[in-house]
Amino acid sequence: MVQSLDRSQGRIGGAAADTSVASAAATFTGNRALQIEEPLIFEMGQAGRCGVDLPEPTKVKDRLNGLRRSGEIGLPGLSEPQVVQHYTRLSQKNYAIDMGVYSLGSCTMKHNPRINEKVARLPGIGDLHPLQPVSTVQGALELIDRLAHWLKTLTGMPAVAMSPAAGAHGEMCGMMAIAAALEARGERARRKVVLAPESAHGTNPATAAALGFIVKPIPANERGRVDLAALKAALGPDVAAIMLTNPNTCGLFESEIVEISKAVHEAGAFFYCDGANFNAIVGRVRPGDLGVDCMHINLHKTFSTPHGGGGPGAGPVVLSAALAPYAPYPWIVKDGEEWRIAEEGTKAEGAPLGRLKAFHGQMGMFTRALAYIMSHGADGLRQVAEDAVLSANYVMASLKDVMSPAFEGPCMHEALFDDSFLKDTGVSTLDFAKAMIDEGYHPMTMYFPLVVHGAMLIEPTESQAKEDLDLFIAALRSLAERAKTGNAAEAFKAAPRFAPRRRLDETLAARKPVLRWRPSNNPPEGDPMKQAAE
Amino acid sequence: MRYLPLTEADRRNMLSVIGAKSVDELFKDVPQSARLPAKIAGLPDHQGELEVERAFQAYAAKNVSPSSAPFFIGAGAYRHHVPSTVDYMIQRGEFLTSYTPYQPEITQGTLQYLFEFQTQVSLLTGMEVANASMYDGSTGASEAVLMANRITRRHKALISGGLHPQYRRIIETTAHWEGFSALAAKADPEGLEDLIAQVDKETSCVVVQNPSFFGHVRDFSQLSAACHAAGALLIVVVTEVVSLGLIKPPGEMGADIVVCEGQSIGNGLGFGGPYVGLFATRDKYVRQMPGRLVGETVDADGKRGFVLTLSTREQHIRREKATSNICTNAGLCALAFTVHLTLLGEAGFRRLAELNHAKASELADRVSSLPGVKLLNDSFFNEFTVRLPKRAAPVVEALAAKRILAGVPVSRLIPDDPAVDNLLLLAATETATEQGMGPLVAGLKEVL
Repeated sequence: MVQSLDRSQGRIGGAAADTSVASAAATFTGNRALQIEEPLIFEMGQAGRCGVDLPEPTKVKDRLNGLRRSGEIGLPGLSEPQVVQHYTRLSQKNYAIDMGVYSLGSCTMKHNPRINEKVARLPGIGDLHPLQPVSTVQGALELIDRLAHWLKTLTGMPAVAMSPAAGAHGEMCGMMAIAAALEARGERARRKVVLAPESAHGTNPATAAALGFIVKPIPANERGRVDLAALKAALGPDVAAIMLTNPNTCGLFESEIVEISKAVHEAGAFFYCDGANFNAIVGRVRPGDLGVDCMHINLHKTFSTPHGGGGPGAGPVVLSAALAPYAPYPWIVKDGEEWRIAEEGTKAEGAPLGRLKAFHGQMGMFTRALAYIMSHGADGLRQVAEDAVLSANYVMASLKDVMSPAFEGPCMHEALFDDSFLKDTGVSTLDFAKAMIDEGYHPMTMYFPLVVHGAMLIEPTESQAKEDLDLFIAALRSLAERAKTGNAAEAFKAAPRFAPRRRLDETLAARKPVLRWRPSNNPPEGDPMKQAAE
Repeated sequence: MRYLPLTEADRRNMLSVIGAKSVDELFKDVPQSARLPAKIAGLPDHQGELEVERAFQAYAAKNVSPSSAPFFIGAGAYRHHVPSTVDYMIQRGEFLTSYTPYQPEITQGTLQYLFEFQTQVSLLTGMEVANASMYDGSTGASEAVLMANRITRRHKALISGGLHPQYRRIIETTAHWEGFSALAAKADPEGLEDLIAQVDKETSCVVVQNPSFFGHVRDFSQLSAACHAAGALLIVVVTEVVSLGLIKPPGEMGADIVVCEGQSIGNGLGFGGPYVGLFATRDKYVRQMPGRLVGETVDADGKRGFVLTLSTREQHIRREKATSNICTNAGLCALAFTVHLTLLGEAGFRRLAELNHAKASELADRVSSLPGVKLLNDSFFNEFTVRLPKRAAPVVEALAAKRILAGVPVSRLIPDDPAVDNLLLLAATETATEQGMGPLVAGLKEVL
């Protein structure tokens, strides 16, 4: 009944389902105090309204080759205060790091300092054009080089390609560099296989496949690590590379990493490290010491550039000496006292793999990441890794008697649970996560990694105070205990009840995609906006 | 350290709950040989906010800010006025510090603005459907070619000589490593190119840009008809999205995929990124699209809501069979775009485009009246190409020495073609003033 799409359930004053908050808390407007129902901008606009005042253009003769746009574009007209209210109301429907524990594992939702935002906007940094004469951007090039120096030093790697726009883009860059190195050796046609653990991020196989590699999974052992014997058996003259996340997606350090990289190199293959979890080891372990050939660094994870609702990110790739010659354009060089950018056509010492992005990379993210790095310093970054690992282990230790850790022993920066503690309760991982929403938390990552049944991956990061972790832990304990009573399934299935929206029908969205507003797709019948209009 | 809430007492207490003597024990899986015993040497320790800010001010002081100099640079990134509301909105923590809307019940803010964004992009481009954004226009162009290859099951892309040279290089790089062919036409500064004769039964797509890299405004209706007759797709790239306020949109020219760099709306120049890629297509191709899509649905109470949808195209579900390896979009830049465009609305967006065209027309007339300078464009929007009587790169350098940021010498982006050595790209947006144009024209006169 609760899950029913019968729109009368949501009607103001309609019959109350026992778990429906909508009817119990019915209001005339459909609003609930600070939660304001908000129409689409296309339902708000009025011709004659505008949120900017622009001068009258000088009349000139069109030089548009007769291609002047005719007819309405269809953009709504809103005044500035309406625009401010619209987006403010929308913002209040989002959970955010600024509001509390955001335990989304694998995503590293750590504090985003505001000084980073400020320095990224300084005149002379935020407003530079990428194609200004290089003599007028010497400070910008020095800034990028400074960040590059930090990244190389922290990873113990000799080179870094700065331009990739995100982690997945960095993966593409790194795997292209491997393909380029193989091509230079005359082995590209022969080495077609890329090995990746079953627990890998989906981007790893997607990247390798895009480059024409055949992806072969390598199994994990019962400790959640790569099965070294299976790996050795898979290594052969047809293998181009292994793609390995370390710490891995189960939140565990690959304890046989040195043996793994040795075996990979002995087989003539390369070691691609997915650096998504570098935040767990920064300042304590240098991937270069582990035999890594290349690794992307998600600046939005380890170095706290804001996640922004899903991007933009930045994914610089550190490279070993073997791969450095293949780094893509552009890169920055110092010529005496002058900084220069090596762009297309520059005579290169190596054999650049080409270009992956216009201009010079995600400068706005570089600035923020460097500010974060400078604020922490070498001492603070090491502490970041320690506190992140300590906090995850604290969560794990505090919940291990009521939830079910997926693996034995200490974890790194993430605590991974399976759903065996929910067995026979009627409550699923999804239900458990949705119940966390009602308790005021963003749920953990659900159902990833795929190798763990009903996975719940909790990453507290270093940014939470102990008392906040304690409340979070207490809330999870309470949920786990409630689930285990065996008669709470219905309540869990009804969650969330207090969020701006209750569970959304994702099947309907995929079956009949409505991907844009059209004048004909007015709010559905049960929607409060519709009722306000009636 | 101001960002780290745990005190020494907290840490001791937490270790005792864990049952570990020291934090080192938690790192016991790291091979001994790889454990660093202390902080990495040769790097500075933590600093206060004041010191950090000063360091960045020092970097900034070594650059010439466009706001402090006459400025006429474009070539794929444009300086526009961004209303204060935009930057205020994107810095709200609820937007800035949230992530991908995996839990739609508590991310309706992000999902709704992306749905509105998708609608705006569809309207601007004249297309039926748009995604929730790409990294930027340049990477979007290469993704568009991959998408066309998937749809047509062909592997030969034709690339116009009017496409931004760096976009072309990215497509060529992708082609080389992902195994298809990208045939690039010669640079087309005069805007005379006609690719129709080259479209054949093996062509997966033709990639053109409007206005072209050199500024020419073209109608691609005939090219699209030729593409469709041959079973190929037409991809239209727009690097200056403001032009869509004045120029017939690609959708009305028969484009199958439209990729725009959206930076001009809402996003500052930022030395090249992050920007926001707009990506639009026809409904029938939606399942071959890369990137995220937001769709409308209802919640358990029947209320309208939004979710990420059609994710069976994406890497986290499809893994090696995904349409793309992309897993982020440019969320916050898309927010900046959509807030700015909402402020502009129909009237403001059109007027902004008119202003740009008027300023560029004035600049074109003034610059082309200088002795020895030839305007190559019969048509343009806010950017055009002039041939100088001498090499453009030293001219630009000489003007930079006078703190005039005079445009982009084409040779910077096409370094291997002597035919473009004397060409200079100049852009003028609504931000251009007499205080800028006067010194530029006088400066050019002096150094030519």
